Amino acid sequence: MKELVVISGKGGTGKTTILASFAALAGRTALADCDVDAPDLCLLLHPEINHQEEFRGGQLAVIDQERCLRCGRCREVCRFEAITPGFSVEPLDCEGCGACRVVCPAEATELRERVAGDWFRGQTKYGPMVYARLRPAEENSGKLVALVRKQARVQAERDGIELLLTDGPPGIGCPVIATLGNADLALIVTEPTPSGMHDLERALALCSHFRVPAAVCVNKFDLNPGLEAKIHEFCAESQIAVTQSVPFDESVTKAIQQGVPLVEYDRGTASRAVAAVWREVINQLAGDKWIGAGVR
Amino acid sequence: MAVGLAIVAGRAQLLDCDVEEPNAHLFLRPRLTERSPVTILVPEVDAERCTLCRRCNEACQFHAIAVMGNRTLVFPELCHGCGGCALACPEDAIREVPREVGVVESGHAGKIDFVHGRLNVGEPMATPVIRAVKAHLHGKRLTIIDAAPGTACPVVEAVKGSDFCLLVTEPTPFGLSDLGMAVEVMEKMAVPCGVVINRSEDGDEATEAFCASKNLPLLGCIPFDRRIAEAYARGQHPVYALPELGRQFEGILERTLDCAQGGQR
Repeated sequence: MKELVVISGKGGTGKTTILASFAALAGRTALADCDVDAPDLCLLLHPEINHQEEFRGGQLAVIDQERCLRCGRCREVCRFEAITPGFSVEPLDCEGCGACRVVCPAEATELRERVAGDWFRGQTKYGPMVYARLRPAEENSGKLVALVRKQARVQAERDGIELLLTDGPPGIGCPVIATLGNADLALIVTEPTPSGMHDLERALALCSHFRVPAAVCVNKFDLNPGLEAKIHEFCAESQIAVTQSVPFDESVTKAIQQGVPLVEYDRGTASRAVAAVWREVINQLAGDKWIGAGVR
Repeated sequence: MAVGLAIVAGRAQLLDCDVEEPNAHLFLRPRLTERSPVTILVPEVDAERCTLCRRCNEACQFHAIAVMGNRTLVFPELCHGCGGCALACPEDAIREVPREVGVVESGHAGKIDFVHGRLNVGEPMATPVIRAVKAHLHGKRLTIIDAAPGTACPVVEAVKGSDFCLLVTEPTPFGLSDLGMAVEVMEKMAVPCGVVINRSEDGDEATEAFCASKNLPLLGCIPFDRRIAEAYARGQHPVYALPELGRQFEGILERTLDCAQGGQR
């Protein structure tokens, strides 16, 4: 099975728009939405849910008030300031590390599993999809991402599907690291802005750190063609594959408002460009040589 | 939004807590005068003293320390720096040593006191860096914190302790879905909040209806305007490019401060 992951530095660069279109263009594929604190792919692909399960991740210290001697040892050792002067635990601060339990002389502290999210499996027009939703202000999004990818793979194998398209979260922290590991190709969607350029460099460094091949797609390139050229130059120097760029097009927002993949909404400039990006990416995944720097 | 509000506020402290992708400096170009590494304490095992009793491994909830064969191994990138292993060790064989996970830089951009943090690439945990940025909060004037997107621990850490949280959304199904999740976080944290609609056009009704149903103040709208995107793409903050936008930011700031001081939702 081949897995393509779409990531970006910041949110709102067009990852989900591009990935949903890829699903429509692939025709038959497995899908994973790893953006567990903003799972938006389902708003374009409308999976029919056939399985739902709680995700238990991380722990929470609980202090038994009957047993507690109020000696204060736990408050001294807690580095997350999660224990109140009244010896109760503030769930938002508790890291679940259990240092308080190590020092408690009265065995008053225990660790309980937290329900940190929910994950879903469903069927879209294009194939099976797995996604998850982190519960508000919960931790362990990285573990939840790993679970989503694993379940998507399991389902793809069951259905005899050879392709997995994974929508990644923004940033470079634990959920992104959990999304990237062992992927066959990471497509980094960026914008021709100083912040886009800055975030791209960090996303590329992350891919190289985890040895995942990367390709770059500049979205809304015509907002600043000069910077787009600079990004292409930078990628050429670093020997990073670059796809055709995608223009700024109001159809992108309209397709989201309609709740359909861009390539099914119209055949406008952005839609055609995304289709061209798909051809380049699928060739790369198939192991063909990268033709390179987005022939426009 | 955060940078724009700091610009119109004039004298303010801006903390860029989006430490995975800090961007505020690209618009403000502050003169950074201080730089300090952010470290967390990770265990170092004294093999002479270690008796391979595994108490450290049992105490660690993150699988960051394990006994393999006749050695106790540490996996620093899994370590949350809680110190539980050292507390559990009966032989006093664990010493904690600092490990760098990021950096905090501070300085000035005009009248704005500026601080940002940068997570080292490959490090999974942003929260220690966010805490280090917030340690610079001096409270002498209005403090504006730029948080990461989402609803997970980096957002919670950035928002914690704030008087008010401004939620920026877009009038699309994506924006509305993400806004719903963000509002749940604020309810759980008991931080009052309000909403700004960015890239606003005709068709904000769904967002407006949601705000009304949650009794959330709508504090302003930034229009959908290609000139804003182009200014941003040049690295110029849009309030400098479009004078009328500056007045809109002033309005948002004023209404936000009113809400924050009134303690109303």
